[in-house]
Amino acid sequence: MHPADDGTTSLYPRLEPLLGRVGKPIQYVGGEVNSVAKDWTSVPVHWALVYPDAYEVGAPNQGVQILYEVLNERADCLAERAYAVWPDLEAELREAGLPSFSVDSHRSLADFDLIGVSLATELGYTNLLTLLDLAGIPLRSSHRTDDHPLVIAGGHSAFNPEPMAPFLDAVVLGDGEEAVGRVTELTGAWRLAGCPGGRVGLLESLARTGTVYVPAFYTVTYRPDGAIDTIRPDRAGVPWRVAKHTLMDLDEWPYPKAPVVPVAETIHERMSVEIFRGCTRGCRFCQAGMITRPVRERSGAAVAEMIDCGIRRTGFNEVGMLSLSSADHSEIGDLARGLADRYADSRTSLSLPSTRVDAFNVELADELSRNGRRSGLTFAPEGGSERVRRVINKTVTEEDLIRTVTAAYASGWRHVKLYFMCGLPTETDADVLQIGRLAREVIRAGREVSGRQDIRCTVSIGGFVPKPHTPFQWAPQLSAAETDRRLLLLRDDIRSDRKYGRAIGFRYHDGQPGIVEGLLARGDRRVADVIEAVWSGGGRFDGWSEHFSFDRWQTAAEQVFADQPVSLDWYTTRERDRDEVLPWQHLDAGLDTEWLWQDWQDALAEDEVGDCRWTPCSACGVCDVMDTAIQVGPSGRVWLPTP
Amino acid sequence: MAADPVKRQSPNEAHPVVQRVRMRYSKTGRMRFGSARDFQRALERAVRRAQLPIAMSGGFNPHPRISYANAVPTGTASLAEYVELGLAEPRDPQDVAAAVNAGLPDGFRVEAATVSPGGSLADRLEASRWRIEYPGAGAPAIATAVAALLDRAPVTVTRMTKSGPREVPVTDSWLAHSCEPGALVVIVRSTVPTVRPEDIVAAVGLAGVGPATREAQGPFRDGAVGDPFDG
Repeated sequence: MHPADDGTTSLYPRLEPLLGRVGKPIQYVGGEVNSVAKDWTSVPVHWALVYPDAYEVGAPNQGVQILYEVLNERADCLAERAYAVWPDLEAELREAGLPSFSVDSHRSLADFDLIGVSLATELGYTNLLTLLDLAGIPLRSSHRTDDHPLVIAGGHSAFNPEPMAPFLDAVVLGDGEEAVGRVTELTGAWRLAGCPGGRVGLLESLARTGTVYVPAFYTVTYRPDGAIDTIRPDRAGVPWRVAKHTLMDLDEWPYPKAPVVPVAETIHERMSVEIFRGCTRGCRFCQAGMITRPVRERSGAAVAEMIDCGIRRTGFNEVGMLSLSSADHSEIGDLARGLADRYADSRTSLSLPSTRVDAFNVELADELSRNGRRSGLTFAPEGGSERVRRVINKTVTEEDLIRTVTAAYASGWRHVKLYFMCGLPTETDADVLQIGRLAREVIRAGREVSGRQDIRCTVSIGGFVPKPHTPFQWAPQLSAAETDRRLLLLRDDIRSDRKYGRAIGFRYHDGQPGIVEGLLARGDRRVADVIEAVWSGGGRFDGWSEHFSFDRWQTAAEQVFADQPVSLDWYTTRERDRDEVLPWQHLDAGLDTEWLWQDWQDALAEDEVGDCRWTPCSACGVCDVMDTAIQVGPSGRVWLPTP
Repeated sequence: MAADPVKRQSPNEAHPVVQRVRMRYSKTGRMRFGSARDFQRALERAVRRAQLPIAMSGGFNPHPRISYANAVPTGTASLAEYVELGLAEPRDPQDVAAAVNAGLPDGFRVEAATVSPGGSLADRLEASRWRIEYPGAGAPAIATAVAALLDRAPVTVTRMTKSGPREVPVTDSWLAHSCEPGALVVIVRSTVPTVRPEDIVAAVGLAGVGPATREAQGPFRDGAVGDPFDG
């Protein structure tokens, strides 16, 4: 019997009758292989790790999987997982008077001491409000008492948590592995000392040690034109700028060791192993590449061991080697060859999900698919023309691209997928239409080299959303209407081609969700009222097109901003000038603002910047400020463990 | 730049099946909410974790030789689901069962295993015995409702499926029943479309229904459901 099923604390017996009436109930029951349900009374500190989207999206999330194991290995705490509930279950829970719950032992989220929330994407924000509200936790941090959990956010979107600031008690910037340990220790010590100073006392001890950012300890003032005037701490001992955490030895943190194996179907039916963290390619649109610097490789030996252990402990038949640009790992060639040899007979498929455009990638993909199906290979040129690719610092010439896809079709790949963005800074119709020309050229070259007519190319494209802590943080976002006009122009251009059009697939995301994402990405604390208004009006699951309502966001923004100098456009399509105080200026990702500004100017001048792994340091500031350094191999270690 | 067109030969040969192991498994507790596909993924992963010599099909996209029969509806518990594994090397079926159980989540469990004597497992699953709970209903009340239903035979019920409404002939498949305090136990023949507990509940029309469980599947002999592993 499940340890928590003692009938007193688990909500499961009361949830069970509801589960028979909702869609995909298996996602709510927990009990997966490698899931953990520690004895509640055995530890002083209880974490709920919340991913505010559906289980099928949240369960494979690496961040949650890592922290779940790291925390549950500790003797002083436990961690359970919780995910968003779909509207059908939300209605049942409200009707039955039941709270949101953890899937591991089905406790109310209100029972936990700490609610760790992964803010992986902006479009999950309303779901977090649902989960807090269902558990009876006041939405606003200022309304919570000592009896309520602390709500602590992390993840990439937490690098500008300001739109969510009133709903969060604390925010962890950067890598969570060590930070959650410090939060646990400080919480345990505070508890042992008799909770000195109450809730605020704990938050002060967390903030003063530099462990977390506490939004409530900072006062933001605004100028008459709407821009921020100042952001400053309101009490002694709290830093002016809060720095991110950086994990410096990935080999010492081989998590997840035994990933939870979902019973429900999820978006990634595979095990993922992170082969390095950080990226210095310098793509100017890429927030992940900017905020996760420097590059820290996991050694080939450690990667191979994680794969070996993970497969034995999960039974997954597919392994993805994750990173922001996986072919850049210094030992990737040996690793791919060795793994392909090792798993030749066991029917384990291996993949490199994130790859750049060059022929070496095709060699790697060939190696990893030695015995398997060569269906689709994905490349991301991101920008349609060479000119735009210089602006975004994604240096791929058309010749590179054609050479790469030709190599792919020649070695038996049948389908090439190309990812692009629309609305990149300085982009014109001519740049966008280059994508169509490129796709036709891909098919022409592919037919020639493969001798077959049935090869395909799919163009996937969505609107670009400028993100904080990137050189494009000052850039105007393209409006939804203009994004849609350019996308339809391209679609018609591709479809109208008689010779190649039918071999080219076209998938696009329309512009409206991108505008909401842009509002939430670069917004400040005044946006919180919009989020709450949208949520009150029924906004849920904004990342899902069948639930997303642009009208709801637009109307809420109009109402909330009616008497203010700001607007939805002000936050999104407006270009910022150099002196504007950005809402995240007190949050330190290590990037020097002068460097970012210069990189923005270089972008406009179509000047490229090199990768500091192979060319001289461009002084982005991260290593100096954070006292970190690039960690790349080759490690020189004999990397394959004995089978 | 033009390379020769590539025709790759798949290096994956199909494994010959040298032994078929039949297993009866249960789906109870929280795992009753798992679908047939959810169980399939869990079983395939458990087989891989146990490093069992499962036979694989050939080609570019090999899959394990596992056959499933008559899956219980999602949300309904079962003590008698059946599956057959094709092995490339012989193994003691009890060892196979134990190894698979070590890798399944609680709620999915292999209850019995035997080496297949040949023939079709699905053909041996002639009938199912269902226990349908009616908490608070006495045996006579249930018996009265069932008698009224059988008097009206033939009775069909309409079940909504993804492809629209479908008529399910309930009484045509009805083989036997018994009434207990708080429960109706029914044996129905496995037909296409299969009669599900929800169809029986709809036909009986008694209020206050609780959960249902498939208790047995197998040959219908002497008014009872036998063990498909016998004989």
